Amino acid sequence: MTTLAQENITTKPSQVFQEIDSNAKMQAINVDAWFGQKQILKSVSLSVKPHTVTAIIGPSGCGKSTFLRCFNRMHELVPNAKMVGQILLDGKNIYDRRIDPVQIRRRVGMVFQKPNPFPTMSIYDNVAAGLKLTGVKTGKSLDEVVKRSLEQVTLWDEVKDDLKKPGTSISGGQQQRLCIARAIALQPEVILMDEPCSALDPIATAKIEKLVIELKQTYAVVIVTHNMQQASRVSDYTAFMYLGELIEFGETGQIFENPKNRLTEKYITGEFG
Amino acid sequence: MINSYGFRKLKNRLFFVLCAVCVVIAVVPLASILFEVAIRGAPQLSITFLTANASKGGIGHAIQGTLIIVGLTSIIGIPIGILSGVYLSEFGNNRYTQSLRTINNMLTQFPSIIVGITAYALIFNILGSSKWAFSTLTGAVALSFIMIPIITRTTEESLKLVPNTLREASLALGAHKWRTTLSVVLPTTKTGLITGILLAVARVAGETAPLIMTIQGSRYFFRGLNGRIAALPLEIWTNSLQPYPEAQAQGWGAALILIIIVLTLNIAVRLASRRE
Repeated sequence: MTTLAQENITTKPSQVFQEIDSNAKMQAINVDAWFGQKQILKSVSLSVKPHTVTAIIGPSGCGKSTFLRCFNRMHELVPNAKMVGQILLDGKNIYDRRIDPVQIRRRVGMVFQKPNPFPTMSIYDNVAAGLKLTGVKTGKSLDEVVKRSLEQVTLWDEVKDDLKKPGTSISGGQQQRLCIARAIALQPEVILMDEPCSALDPIATAKIEKLVIELKQTYAVVIVTHNMQQASRVSDYTAFMYLGELIEFGETGQIFENPKNRLTEKYITGEFG
Repeated sequence: MINSYGFRKLKNRLFFVLCAVCVVIAVVPLASILFEVAIRGAPQLSITFLTANASKGGIGHAIQGTLIIVGLTSIIGIPIGILSGVYLSEFGNNRYTQSLRTINNMLTQFPSIIVGITAYALIFNILGSSKWAFSTLTGAVALSFIMIPIITRTTEESLKLVPNTLREASLALGAHKWRTTLSVVLPTTKTGLITGILLAVARVAGETAPLIMTIQGSRYFFRGLNGRIAALPLEIWTNSLQPYPEAQAQGWGAALILIIIVLTLNIAVRLASRRE
């Protein structure tokens, strides 16, 4: 491990002046993050293009989830968490002093590692929760939004007769699709997914993966995953992170077939991980 | 063989017997109190006893008083207690929280006679008249001083059991923190909150000392917030000091009623928490 760590010092991309990428939906510029004294992210920069899926891969503890949580300002909710740098959404820094994180989270949705539907709410209310909790008016009726969102995640046919049942009464894979429906009901612009399949069986995983590819028609998707095959299947761009640094970022085909960095190659071929 | 199988088995048996004996020692006094109260109190029970006031030989006024004072206490104490618990659990991420928590825990054990004197002094000073100082209102204020720290503590503890992933799910939808707390966190722990409230209500329903200093007791039905009022614990206390056998018998009857009320609340707590 130490040799690997030393190797990547030479590739360290930090302190490089980052230009604003006008094509990007979201762009991270020199992001550093800490939990207490421990630095988790070291000058990570990356752009997310609209209508693409960007995968973030890397071994456990490399900071990929923390990085993802910087994109909708969830990182700062953890006590002692700190973050420096910029993250742009349509060219505007979401960490600007005048911006309320609540507004950002409406535009940048999130799906978590474990399905977390609200246990006190019905399936219907779970999907409607975003709109109800934030008081957003969509112009359409709530019924329509719920139906459309559930259809988008291909859950409608499975639950249309059980909309009054608790959100936790369905299977794990269904719950995760319910959580995705809950996120897209708010019509966000970007969807962040933090290892959305790690608690699911292979069949449920395949459904979510298919869904991710469909979602990019409408949204920009950023997905953190442990599973390299998953990254190669669903994503257009892949970022490889190691010990809090972004080692390599490029088109998924290039990263998996022709990695430029030796560390990326070693990780992808399964030499460590 | 000191460590033979038989000897280890014997030690196991001895340990079990020791535990069982201790349980008996703990339960016997409680059971005998219940038994004694039931035996002596039951003959008193009648419609008149339960509905008439003291001048007609009943404790209806005391039952009514207890219900009114516990109700008033709940109106004051439940919102304050729950919101304080919410503060400690959801918003109390600063260095004062730990001291607040310690003080609150200390208040749950506070000598209740001092609480009574404090409520008396508080109302006397605020309203500037001793007429209000001995009143239903003062009694409710005193009991809410006992209720608030209990509810605060149980609320905080049950809120801590709500998984953080639910808070994050709500916040990630762009909900504000207050909305997350009210619409997601509190409903999730509803049974925990109800349990805490019922336990606090049962506790204040049985308090005597703070009432001696505040409501002072009465022989009549409710006469307004600024008037004196009767309560079951106080009724038991005053009756037990009387030299007359009839008064003492009434005290036993009142004790039985109070125990039944508290027991009912405890059973309600059990049912509420079992449903989870």
